[in-house]
Amino acid sequence: MSKFSILTKGLVKENPTFVLLLGMCPTLATTTSAINGLEMGLATMFVLILSNIVISLIAPVVPDKVHIPAYIVVIATFVTVLQLVMQAFTPQVYSTLGLFIPLIVVNCIVLGRAEAFAGKNGVVDSALDGIGIGIGFTLALTVIGIVREILGSGSVFGFKFIAGDGILAFVMAPGAFIVLGYLLVLFNKIAKKQ
Amino acid sequence: MAAKSTLVNMALCLFGVCLVCSAILAGTYALTKNPIEEASRKALKEALSKVLMAEGEISSEAAYIDLDGVNYEYYTQTAEADSAVCWAVKSTVIGFGGPLTLLVGVERNGVVHATKVLSHSETPGLGAKCETEESFIRQFEGFESASRSLKVRKDGGEIDAITASTITSRAYAKAVENAVAVAAKIQEGLQ
Repeated sequence: MSKFSILTKGLVKENPTFVLLLGMCPTLATTTSAINGLEMGLATMFVLILSNIVISLIAPVVPDKVHIPAYIVVIATFVTVLQLVMQAFTPQVYSTLGLFIPLIVVNCIVLGRAEAFAGKNGVVDSALDGIGIGIGFTLALTVIGIVREILGSGSVFGFKFIAGDGILAFVMAPGAFIVLGYLLVLFNKIAKKQ
Repeated sequence: MAAKSTLVNMALCLFGVCLVCSAILAGTYALTKNPIEEASRKALKEALSKVLMAEGEISSEAAYIDLDGVNYEYYTQTAEADSAVCWAVKSTVIGFGGPLTLLVGVERNGVVHATKVLSHSETPGLGAKCETEESFIRQFEGFESASRSLKVRKDGGEIDAITASTITSRAYAKAVENAVAVAAKIQEGLQ
């Protein structure tokens, strides 16, 4: 596989949200607005890239039977680092996403990429994979966030264009499922045509 | 490919990974400790200046008082003659989604000066509006708790609840009410 295709496969062909259907918990929970989806995507991308790099480095020396605990410790470390850094320098973002940041540890995309890719490939490829999948996840979350914000609050990235409240259900959990479902159909229909 | 698993190398490997990771975390903690404290001090200072009066010295250290078995944290604002004129009480109640913490500024005669949400876990787009909805927050400014009822209209009070968020609004009003009671007790102690 060429370097370029490793980087780009996360966008459409192996999009973590719309094709692999991984990491549904943060996807549904944090996409109440476009900015929240974007921030959550970027936070996950940060962890994904760093954990992919480190795991690809340590994979050859980690005994097979303990590779999952070893990977999880690495992932949890980066998540905690991210949490502390966010708390220190972007307290505003931390206060909206705070609850979901520690949950990145159990996001199956991160461990999934460690298992499926970083454990078997070199450092550069793993870093590219992390970037690609991270961008794919961020885009997916942002799109879901945009749709839910338009329908639920009548605004995009906080800029209101309709007076009033919008359809409140789209801000809550049922709206998350409905929007995700329709976007899945749309995405796969377009992706298959190509 | 991965090394063959033996008891010794499994233990060594996990020990090594944990050791390095703990070191990284300890380092990050040390580096971010001061900025985190700085950020929370700044947030508190901003909140205090918002709920208290424009003039007067604000105590830099928190004081504590018990009321109905709950411990409240508060800050005192003193005017020129060194007499306390306003208190900022940190008041936590259970909202719709979890704890809702407010900072409530209360003047001498039980008048609410202003309120600010410090932290909440209310539903985004619904209860979370208690932090941003001007028309809701404004109601509490200058509210004379001695002669008016700090309850939402549904409960027979005078507070207009946020649309579709009665539980959050009720909790908010309750938090303000508690803070007023705390301020009354603080004043009792002064006399």
